[in-house]
Amino acid sequence: MSKPSNLRKVLEAGHFAVTAEVGPPRFADFAPLRQKAELLRRYVDAVNITDNQSAVARLSSQACCGELARMGIDAVFQVTCRDRNRIAIQSDILGAVAQGVRNILCLSGDHQRFGSDPQAKSVFDLDSVQLVRLAADMTRGLFPGGRKMEVSLEAYVGAVVNPFADPVDLQVIKLKKKARAGARFVQTQCVFDLERFSRFMERVREAGLDREVGILAGVSLLRSAGAARFMQERVPGVTVPEEVVRRLELAPDPEEEGVKICVETIDRMRNVKGVAGVHIMAIALEERVPEIVRRAGLFPRPDPAGQALGPVSCREGNRVDQG
Amino acid sequence: MIIGQRKPLKRIFEMLDPYDRILIAGCGSCVTVCMSGGLKEAEETAAVLRLHRQAEGRPVEVRARVVERQCEPEFLETLDADLPHFQVVLSLACGVGVQRYSLFRPGKLILPGLDTLGSGLPVRQGLWEEVCLGCGDCLLDQTAGVCPITRCAKGLLNGPCGGSRNGRCEANTENHCAWQIIYDRLAARGELNLLEEYRPPKDWSRGHWGGPRRLEREDMPIV
Repeated sequence: MSKPSNLRKVLEAGHFAVTAEVGPPRFADFAPLRQKAELLRRYVDAVNITDNQSAVARLSSQACCGELARMGIDAVFQVTCRDRNRIAIQSDILGAVAQGVRNILCLSGDHQRFGSDPQAKSVFDLDSVQLVRLAADMTRGLFPGGRKMEVSLEAYVGAVVNPFADPVDLQVIKLKKKARAGARFVQTQCVFDLERFSRFMERVREAGLDREVGILAGVSLLRSAGAARFMQERVPGVTVPEEVVRRLELAPDPEEEGVKICVETIDRMRNVKGVAGVHIMAIALEERVPEIVRRAGLFPRPDPAGQALGPVSCREGNRVDQG
Repeated sequence: MIIGQRKPLKRIFEMLDPYDRILIAGCGSCVTVCMSGGLKEAEETAAVLRLHRQAEGRPVEVRARVVERQCEPEFLETLDADLPHFQVVLSLACGVGVQRYSLFRPGKLILPGLDTLGSGLPVRQGLWEEVCLGCGDCLLDQTAGVCPITRCAKGLLNGPCGGSRNGRCEANTENHCAWQIIYDRLAARGELNLLEEYRPPKDWSRGHWGGPRRLEREDMPIV
């Protein structure tokens, strides 16, 4: 018996959700992934696996999510439109769900121009809204075009939104389309500019979207002023205010300052109406996530991503609500 | 119009290296307008080729000519009188012209002198941009006359990705974000509601991805 999405349970129960993400290695071994996932196990509700993030070829997201599922950890399978057409996407979704993966996060994907293979031919057969619809249809037992699946699959379908991209109207409209297409949760681009994020959330609430999808605000751990500057200048879609960079510049221990910024951001997110949780992005610093979750007062989790007892412990009857 | 740019001279010199009687054939239509494959460019290419081979101590006979359109045999015929004298033709037409010539005169080696950049238009003096991919299922009625399949680096149909900054594309900041342009144009027309409609996955089989397309008019042939 496969267990259902833990993230879904947490959000539907009205708890403030916590997810984190892990980037797969650039070699064929699950060891680093397992190690990072073990660190996160009791501190988050689900673990995202990025899909060749920044267009750098890595151990496949589907394979890594399968490994997390075997570890009893609720995985969020990130799927981009950049590298696969609709045939490969259907196949990978079937593959992930067959391995026990229960969350699918649909993204466009960073352009390949700045990745490991800038000469690659990109795919973009579907866009992210169409991908949400395809995944949501599969949970209703339908292939694209309405053909019936023999057995429908169980998955919690999510999407992303960037509160900082221009024009903001269009981001809200696109979020609405994603919700209508079947997205039930949303993870946002990293938030550093809280004012601007609050304005975005106002728009989201006006459109009633916070009631249709569980919105997890993206929180990123910056290790240094240099890292902040890099994000500010080089990472598409990320806005880092100058005062954040200055704080890291002046701090005696920049990484500790980064953790503080994370914890403060999470604190403020908990008071933004319509925010249902946080998604912590601490690529290469996953070991700091447990501390961030503790300091933000979000530990213990109501239903940790991977309880030590494995799949059985997550069956509805055994669920112990600690939150 | 079809836009194209001359291949790097190094590549042209390499292709032509084995030959010493060369005809450079320009095309008088699109690539003349975008100033890469007309008579002027054919003459320039001939001149640099002569200089290059002189410097190498291997002089070459090069003649530059132009025809109205290389995609139609009737125009290519005007070069027939000179053709036997030359070992090879460097065509400065688009890929269509090169293939037409090659099929029309199969006994003659026709080499490409341009890299074709697709269907574009002049944006300002000296700048041309690709704007149509020929997808076979035009949707310009829904997007304020701006093609997101061609002008968005990801070809997105339901709105922008989250990567644009200050109205510029994440993949190349020299390009405007197509969706920003679409948004601005629809906003000015009071038609932003068009953006709320779900655009289903595209039928790419109507484009090149379904295999090379044909246009056949049964009423046309004269028997």
